[in-house]
Amino acid sequence: MLRKTFDIEMQQVKDEILVLGSMVEQALLDSVDALKKRDIKAAEKVFAEDQAINEKRFAIENNLITLIATQQPMARDLRLLASSLEIISELERMGDYAKGIANINIRMGDEPLLKPLIDVPRMAQKGVDMLHRALTAFVNEDAQTARTLPVEDDEVDALYNQVYRELMTFVIHDPKTIERANWLLWVAHNLERFADRVTNICERTVFIVTGEMKEIKATDDEFWKNQPK
Amino acid sequence: MFENLDIALSVKNLNVRYGDALALEDITLDIPARQITAIIGPSGCGKSTFLRCFNRMNDLIPTARVDGEVLFYGQNIYDPKVNPVEVRRHIGMVFQKPNPFPKSIYENVAYGARINGYKGNMDELVERSLRAAALWDEVKDKLKQSALALSGGQQQRLCIARAIAVEPQVILMDEPASALDPIATLKIEELMQELKKYYTIVIVTHNMQQAARVSDYTAMMMLSKEGERSGTVIEYDKTNTIFTNPKDKRTEDYVTGRFG
Repeated sequence: MLRKTFDIEMQQVKDEILVLGSMVEQALLDSVDALKKRDIKAAEKVFAEDQAINEKRFAIENNLITLIATQQPMARDLRLLASSLEIISELERMGDYAKGIANINIRMGDEPLLKPLIDVPRMAQKGVDMLHRALTAFVNEDAQTARTLPVEDDEVDALYNQVYRELMTFVIHDPKTIERANWLLWVAHNLERFADRVTNICERTVFIVTGEMKEIKATDDEFWKNQPK
Repeated sequence: MFENLDIALSVKNLNVRYGDALALEDITLDIPARQITAIIGPSGCGKSTFLRCFNRMNDLIPTARVDGEVLFYGQNIYDPKVNPVEVRRHIGMVFQKPNPFPKSIYENVAYGARINGYKGNMDELVERSLRAAALWDEVKDKLKQSALALSGGQQQRLCIARAIAVEPQVILMDEPASALDPIATLKIEELMQELKKYYTIVIVTHNMQQAARVSDYTAMMMLSKEGERSGTVIEYDKTNTIFTNPKDKRTEDYVTGRFG
């Protein structure tokens, strides 16, 4: 088998991307858990650990650039490397959503949550679950899964929609809750965007396998179609 | 695939035999004018044999037999009425190893034009050809010196100048940079981008990065069947497509370095 060195190095990069993915998954779950418990220390930890995610991303990017320079990949190999560059930058930004949620938690200070969190942790769980399967599909170069997975984003959008309406009910009843409602709305928004980015990762996997670069589905539909014009 | 490009050369059902052995099997494709078309593929698949069909160089091999047609702007160059020497005036060739004549730089460039009875100003033709081959500035003060004293890269550009001097429409290049260092190689590649404004270029290369860098279209050749000696074109497309998303698994394996 020719190209053995390249194949081994590429497998290592895939492994590193899985590590980065699990760091992001953990950060998101931790950030929401910390919010649920109003645990500021835990939030500060998530906030600080985002640095490690950023550094990991740069390290992988460096490896990818070295591979491109030294191995001159073509065709599917090239698509795999170019897509990997794109995917790690998606992951880095998904990590920023976790950091953002931690930041909200910290800035809320002593204020209690407006309501117990039910749907928000569900959104996080669903987003992480989708990310996990999207990265598995990427590593296995499984276009079939990558094509069908983004539909599940509708569930996250529906949850977002529900959280939004619920929070608006609070605000209508008592306008003084507006700030606390707004904190939670931002959290939900971060989670909604997190899941949207899973679709971008899936699009890259389809591109690696088929060479076709196109949007799998427009995001945000489920949310926006329920909003007044 | 060629949008609105003129077609300079049109190959139809081309077969080449050496004695009884089939070397090229049933090739049909068009070469667009004033573009660079690369022919790639593993050793021994017939790339050079194919290239030599474009200006009847295979006529020089006694056992070679060519069937099918090669139309040059509609004229079949294998028509018995066509003079192969005339064909080669329109369709020039540059070889793997620079092969300047053991004469002065000036005489190398002027040689073809003299044979063809060129009536114009020879000094101008020599300068124009050397400029077109991006060699003029390096040799203008030593035109009377022997071409053999030039470096390999300069010699190859001299051979390109010599090919240009007879004002061909097509330049065939058989591994033109494989004997050159990376800098001289880049000079040839840059030169090709200039030349394609005026000439149709067909290049055979083992260097896939070179094909990817310089060419507009790429033909992938391969032995037609496992265990046989005859080659054919298995995929022909825009270079971008061949190197980013080829359709044929064998092309994919070749360009990614997993075969060949």
